Amino acid sequence: MAIEVNDANFDAMVLKNELPVLVDFWAPWCGPCRAVAPIIDEISKEFEGKVAVCKVNVDEAQAAPSRFGIRAIPTLIMFKDGEVVDQVTGAVAKDNILQMINKAF
Amino acid sequence: MQAFDAVVVGAGPAGLNAALYLVRAGFKTALIERNSAGGQVLSTSEIENYLGFPKGVKGYELADLFSAHADAYPVQRLRGDVVSMESTEENGKMHILHMQEGEDIKARAVIIATGAGNRPLGIKEEQMYKGKGVSYCALCDGNFYRGLDVAVVGGGDAALEEALYLSRIVNKVYIIHRREGFRGTQIYLDKIRSMPEKIELVTSCVVDSLDGEPNLKKVVVRHVQSGEKREIAAEGLFVYIGHVPNAQFAPAELERNEQGFLITDQEMQTKIPGIFAAGDIRAKLCRQVCTAVGDGATAASSAIRYLEHLNA
Repeated sequence: MAIEVNDANFDAMVLKNELPVLVDFWAPWCGPCRAVAPIIDEISKEFEGKVAVCKVNVDEAQAAPSRFGIRAIPTLIMFKDGEVVDQVTGAVAKDNILQMINKAF
Repeated sequence: MQAFDAVVVGAGPAGLNAALYLVRAGFKTALIERNSAGGQVLSTSEIENYLGFPKGVKGYELADLFSAHADAYPVQRLRGDVVSMESTEENGKMHILHMQEGEDIKARAVIIATGAGNRPLGIKEEQMYKGKGVSYCALCDGNFYRGLDVAVVGGGDAALEEALYLSRIVNKVYIIHRREGFRGTQIYLDKIRSMPEKIELVTSCVVDSLDGEPNLKKVVVRHVQSGEKREIAAEGLFVYIGHVPNAQFAPAELERNEQGFLITDQEMQTKIPGIFAAGDIRAKLCRQVCTAVGDGATAASSAIRYLEHLNA
């Protein structure tokens, strides 16, 4: 399962993580976020030990989304060594997410 | 290869209801969905016209109820993307679904209920501002525009409903519509016209271009007759100009209308025996949750009759 991350542990879990990190900015009331959630969970299992998959609930964490200029959810950002490698907005297909992950390797 | 009596592709209201009817009739039924169940219902803020909910219902709540109802029966839920279909002969017609990942799935009857996606504006800046101002989901992204000015494009119910939803969050909403009159329901128009300081109607205009760095700041509209341009200061642009069918994977032999929606008879039967279509994917006038649910029941009933004839 994806790890829930908030403003307090965002730096430690995402920016300072040794692994590449896929972050899903979402909210419980957002339909497309719920639509894409099963794919995120699937990816977190398939890439266990290779990619850290985190979820940021934008209702509970406001600093992290605003830091990365999030204006739409779901937004998925791929981080490597604390830097943004790629990002995508909307309930995209699994293939698009896999392409993003590939850019971190 | 997994084999079923019937496979329903797409778990929106049409697909969920079709699967429910099939499994209740005793057929081994799979329901394939690439995302979560609910379809466009998931991204609708409030549904006010679905019978049985006099106070309205939140889209995602209705989607969860629909999904739970299907799960009350042994419907085989599969997650994945169908990339193409073909029909072969195997003691009668057999339909094979090729999946993006994993093995093929086969069934005697297939109900295509993959619905429709948002029609894009089709201007060159649209992709660039996606997630930076351009949105197709007011419910998802409205909160990021709290206190700001935004524009909604479109003149149907979706545009009007979401403009009303946004008006409760943002400072001002402009509704940009290419015609003078609106197709949307009168009750929404009355509400909108009662608050001219909050919602401004920009009629007979289309979106010409978008501007701002790095985020959207300005929407330039063009009058359809005079060609005159006007700049609207808006940080968000919510696009509700109709839909495009998710029918890429469907067999090329199926009849489609000019927009690509699948043509069926009134029993949801396509030109290929054993392949049915239901919900927003169909060429039809009215695309509502209730018509999708109805299509699902009709398609399942036709599929049941078809399967019973095969077994007779």
